[in-house]
Amino acid sequence: MPTFFDRLRNFYEQKPDQITLYIQHAGKPDLPVTYRMLVEGAAAYAHALELGGIRQGEVVLLILQHGIDLVYAFFGAVLHGAIPSIMPFLTEKLLPERYRADLASLVSITQPSAIITYPEFESEVRAALHQGDSVRVVLVSDQVGKPLVPNFAASGGNQRTPQDIVLLQHSSGTTGLQKGVALSHQAVINQLEAYSQALHFADEDIVVSWLPLYHDMGLIAGFLMPILWGMPLVLMSPFDWVRAPYRLLQSVSKYKGTLTWLPNFAYNFCAQKIRERDLEGVDLTSWRAVSNCSEPVRWESHQLFLKRFQLYGLRESALATCYAMAENVFAVTQGGIDAPPVVDEIDRDLFQTQRIARPAQPGQAVVKMMSSGRPVSNTRVRVLDENGKEVPDRLLGEIALQSDCMLNEYYHRPDATQKAFRDGWYLTGDYGYRVGDELFVYGRKKDLIIVGGRNVYPQDLEQVAMEVDSVHAGRVVAFGVYNEEAGTEDVVIVAETENQDEDERNRLSDGIRQAVTRGSAVALRQVYLVDPHWLIKTSSGKTARAANRDKYLAEMSVKGGSS
Amino acid sequence: MPDEIIPILAQHIAANILKQPGRKLKTDEPLISSGIVDSFSLVDLALFVEDTFGVHIDDTELNASTFDTLDQLATLIQARKA
Repeated sequence: MPTFFDRLRNFYEQKPDQITLYIQHAGKPDLPVTYRMLVEGAAAYAHALELGGIRQGEVVLLILQHGIDLVYAFFGAVLHGAIPSIMPFLTEKLLPERYRADLASLVSITQPSAIITYPEFESEVRAALHQGDSVRVVLVSDQVGKPLVPNFAASGGNQRTPQDIVLLQHSSGTTGLQKGVALSHQAVINQLEAYSQALHFADEDIVVSWLPLYHDMGLIAGFLMPILWGMPLVLMSPFDWVRAPYRLLQSVSKYKGTLTWLPNFAYNFCAQKIRERDLEGVDLTSWRAVSNCSEPVRWESHQLFLKRFQLYGLRESALATCYAMAENVFAVTQGGIDAPPVVDEIDRDLFQTQRIARPAQPGQAVVKMMSSGRPVSNTRVRVLDENGKEVPDRLLGEIALQSDCMLNEYYHRPDATQKAFRDGWYLTGDYGYRVGDELFVYGRKKDLIIVGGRNVYPQDLEQVAMEVDSVHAGRVVAFGVYNEEAGTEDVVIVAETENQDEDERNRLSDGIRQAVTRGSAVALRQVYLVDPHWLIKTSSGKTARAANRDKYLAEMSVKGGSS
Repeated sequence: MPDEIIPILAQHIAANILKQPGRKLKTDEPLISSGIVDSFSLVDLALFVEDTFGVHIDDTELNASTFDTLDQLATLIQARKA
C-alpha cells in the first residue's frame, strides 16, 4: 500500500514534466505546474518545516488562499511527514475578532505545532495565539526558500506508514465544537481506488474545479484525486467563480474538461447568472460527468442547468449525482456514470405523513426524488430505524455506513468519535431511503443548515444574534428554508422583542443581520421580529427549531411571502 | 446625476438582494465589506448595473476596493457613462 509520499515520488521520478495542474487567477495567465515543480516547490516548504523543528506526525495549519503557495505548502507538509490541515481564509466581511476566537479555539483542540500563512496575515494569526499554546512556529510564505531537489530518502514523509494520519479536514462548526476528521494515507488511497473505478477514469480525463480546498469535495475530488491519480486538474478560485460563474464553463471548454463536482446551488447559480456573451464559443461536449454533491440533489436544478447549457454542447448523460462526506474520505455513492441518475416520483402526502416513499399513482401530488447513486465498491450502506435496526426498502431512516476508508478518528475528540459509531457502523446523521442499491438522500436528522454548499450550525448563528443589544438569550432561533430559485437553503432568524416602535425594530433587525454576517460570514435572508411568547419551546425550555420553522412558514404563506 | 442613480441602486439592493423593500440604505454605508451585499449577490448587482445604466463592471472589480458604498458605486457608474 503506497502512501502519498510514495505516489509523489513516483510521479516525480517517472513523469516529472507532466502537467499536474493549471492554477487560474482572474485577470492573470494560467499557471501550468508540472510534477517536478510541484514536488520541488513542496520540498522547499518541507525544508522550512524541518528548520523550524516541526516533527513527523505534528499538525500544520495552512491559512492560505487559493494559489500555488497553498499547493506547495500542503504537499510540503506531506513530504515532511507532518499533517496538513487547510483552514478557510479570513474574508473581509467576517469580523477579525471572530476569526481570531475561532482560530484560538481550534488551536486549543487540534494542538497544531505550526501555522503557515502570508506575511500580511502573520499579525492576525499571532493575535490568536498565546504563550504556552501548542504553536511553536508561524511560517510565513515569503520566508520559504526557492524550490529544492528533494532528498526522498532523508525526508520525514518517507517514514510514514499507510496507517498514519495524512491530513485533517475541519468541519465548519464554531463555538469550540470543531471536529477535525483525521484520515490515514490508506483510507484516502482506498477511497480513490474505489472512486476512480466508479467513475471509470480514463487517460483523457481532466478535472475542472472551483471548490475551496477546506471541504471534502474540493480537497478530495477537486485536488488530491487528480494530483495523486495522474489526471490534470484545472483549479480556479472560489472567490473568482462566485463573481463570474462563466469562468467554470470557459475553463471546461478551453481545457476539454471531463469531470466536475458541484454543490446543488451551483447548478442554479450557473444557469441564472451567466450572460450569453460570456459563453461565446464555449463548447461543453467534453464534459462527461458533472456530479451534484454536498447538498440534497434536486431534479429541478439539473433540468435548469441542462436547459441553459444544452445549446453549448452539454450532454444530458453528463449529469451525475454523488453522496459524500469527509468521514468516508469522500464518496459514499455515485450515480449517473453507467446510466442516468434514477428519478423516483413518490406520493408526497404519504412521504410527509408516514415517511414512506411509495411511487405515486396518477393524480397524486408528487415529490421528485433523485438518486445519489449506488455505493462505491468499498463502502456498504444501510438505512436504520431509531433502534439501529435496518429498515426495508422505501422506508426513511438514518443512513449508516461501513468501509475501508473511514476516518481514523475525530482528532483529539474521543467523545465525538465514540458517538459517531454504533455496532461498527458510522452514523451519518442524514436521512434517506433505499430502493435496491439506489440511495435517495432526503435531508439532515439534525438542525444543520446547508447554505451554498456549506454546513451551518443554527446554534452558532443564535449565539451571535444573542450578543446583539436587547436580544435575549433563548429568545432567538435560526433555521433554513429551502429556496427553489437558488437551489439551496436560505437562513432565517426569528427573534422576540417587546419593542413596538417601527424604527427601533428596524434597527434591531439590522443589528442582528450585521452581527450574524460579520460573526459567521453567513448572509441572512430574513430577520423576522416577533412579539414575546411567539417562539415555541420544548418541555426542557429549549427552542424547537423545526416547530418554529413551521410556524414561520405558516405566517409567511398567510402574508403572501412579504415581510 | 448621482442623485438620480443612487435611489435606483438603493431600491434594487433593498428589494432584490436584501429582500426588504422598505430598508433604507445610507449612501456612505459600507455594503460589501460589511457583508450587507454578500458575494453570491455581487454578480446580480453587476448585471443590474449593466442592464439599467449600460455600464460594465468587470468581475475582477467586484470587491470593496473598487466600490463599497452607494456613493462610490454611483460615482463609478457616472464616470463610465461619460
